Amino acid sequence: MSTSDVTRQGVRGARPARDALTGSARARPDAPRRDGRAPEGGFRSYYGRPVLNRIPWAARDIAGYLFLGGLAGSSSVLAAGAELSGRPALARTMKATALGAITGSVAALVNDLGRPARFVNMLRVCKPTSPMSVGSWLLAGYGPLAGAAAATELTGRFRRPGTAATVGAALLGPAVAAYTAPLICDTAVPAWHEGYREMPFVFTGSGAAAAAGVGLLGSPPAENGPARRAAVFGAALETAALARMRRRTAAVADTHRGGRAGVLLRAAEALTATGALGAAVLGRHRWAARVSGAALVAGSACTRFGIFYAGIASAEDPRYTVVPQRERVRERAAAGLA
Amino acid sequence: MTANDPAPGGPADPAGAAGHPDHPPRVGFFTDTSVCIGCKACEVACKEWNAIPEDGLNFAATSYDNSGGLGADTWRHVAFIEQRRPLGRQHTGVARDGAGPAGEAAAVDLGMPSFERPGDGAGADGRGEFRWLMSSDVCKHCTEAACLDVCPTGALFRTEYGTVVVQEDICNGCGYCVPACPYGVIDKREDDGRVWKCTMCYDRLGAGQQPACAQACPTDSIQFGELDELRERAARRVTDLQLAGVDSARLYGEDPGDGVGGAGAFFLLLDDPEVYGLPPDPVVTTRDLPAMWRHAGTAAAVLLAGLAATFLGRRR
Repeated sequence: MSTSDVTRQGVRGARPARDALTGSARARPDAPRRDGRAPEGGFRSYYGRPVLNRIPWAARDIAGYLFLGGLAGSSSVLAAGAELSGRPALARTMKATALGAITGSVAALVNDLGRPARFVNMLRVCKPTSPMSVGSWLLAGYGPLAGAAAATELTGRFRRPGTAATVGAALLGPAVAAYTAPLICDTAVPAWHEGYREMPFVFTGSGAAAAAGVGLLGSPPAENGPARRAAVFGAALETAALARMRRRTAAVADTHRGGRAGVLLRAAEALTATGALGAAVLGRHRWAARVSGAALVAGSACTRFGIFYAGIASAEDPRYTVVPQRERVRERAAAGLA
Repeated sequence: MTANDPAPGGPADPAGAAGHPDHPPRVGFFTDTSVCIGCKACEVACKEWNAIPEDGLNFAATSYDNSGGLGADTWRHVAFIEQRRPLGRQHTGVARDGAGPAGEAAAVDLGMPSFERPGDGAGADGRGEFRWLMSSDVCKHCTEAACLDVCPTGALFRTEYGTVVVQEDICNGCGYCVPACPYGVIDKREDDGRVWKCTMCYDRLGAGQQPACAQACPTDSIQFGELDELRERAARRVTDLQLAGVDSARLYGEDPGDGVGGAGAFFLLLDDPEVYGLPPDPVVTTRDLPAMWRHAGTAAAVLLAGLAATFLGRRR
């Protein structure tokens, strides 16, 4: 029991033992001084345990949320383009996809809450410092627009407000597709945080490729020209951004190579490249377009799950937390000495 | 933006910046690990006072530490580290053969009922200098708190004492604060769905009491008080220890210029922070958030422009 008490005048009755010079007793003049530096090239940790706590998100829900959000947002842009350029079949497919995907993504998000009944607490405050708060408000604006666009399309009623909703969803859609990058990057998870510059481009590219894939699956060759071009655009953007992100950061490069993330990301690369190539070269043939479309959708899903698992792996290994931070400390010390 | 958001860049007065105009001085913990004896009274007192559920009857088999680290059901955690290194210039009396003063026994007879003396079974290299590091870890109550920044419901808030507390009737268990914390402190309780962490005994502070862990600490390794005074006390303490030959003594988290704007709970350590499971140079993730929003904005514009461009050109 501590003998000290906190009073309005401060701490009273503190034990004198708190000033004990532990470790100095029986000082031996010949004892070497040790500074406890880490061994060269290695890093130290507490019994190899991670510094960060386990990420409490389920892969199906949160990686699925990232995928569906990108698909929905990009689909809305293609839907508006198709409607305004007179491609009714493509517009219909993309509007239905946007509504289905955003419904699924909200369901995944709610399902992942520890207290799903308190979902509306997300709209209790509006905080720009919290990407999840910003995202909740984005979804609250985008969801009804995507719903109205799809409902008016499928029922054939209220066409003029329907077009307005379609255009509104197309303007908010890219924000829905891009905001999920700050969502995961605004964490202490090394493989997510360190990639924050490129992650939005990976995600919007991946979203565009997925929406293009659905467009190829669900529209006749006579109308799928924009989807074919979007497939190439999305795949190129995603591939270039991923390559740059890996070049820049060791935590990203390592965790993208090994484990479950490595398998998924290699599959994603193969599927996305195949899909984009197939769409560009053979996209006018009905079956080739469908196969390419399916490959693009699968590739986008693999990218999101791969990036999700890479983050998990980087949080579980103290190396990715300790080594870069220790390096920063060393650099600061060197700059201080110089 | 709500009143609970701290100003970017680390306010000198987090409680004032959070909208408490007339507030008491900021309080905190100074955990001086050089006098910690690893008794875990803090862990027990914390559990008792806050009615925290059992955190698993584990046997880690690596040390005397079986709670492992901070989590939803462990708000104080005592780390144990054994090292083949002297504590300062202290002489342990079990020096390697030939290294100690003449006439000293290489192994010590403790008079315990055993078949051999401790140290007999080990070679000369297996004996010798060693030290135990013990440290009671806790939530840092950062000046720039990532958990507080990213909380989408406002469940996490800054109290009038400058501490960071979860309102359990608001938290919807989104779990965003868990990967946001650079120290691995806040955590989700699986069967409950919400997140939990140290409140610095918010209820006790209101009654003029010190937190349960500080009250229970038998060596005053955990010292509670006004943060400014604790920082001065810690600076004197680390100087005293270094002058006495404990040259591995250093402060951790006391600097308002560090990556979290200074911790409300800071430490005197005897080795690198990572040895205790602490990050060597944590930076609050939301410092980069403005840049993240800029990149995301550009990416959204590129997506809109790129997809719009697919509708250009002749129809084919």
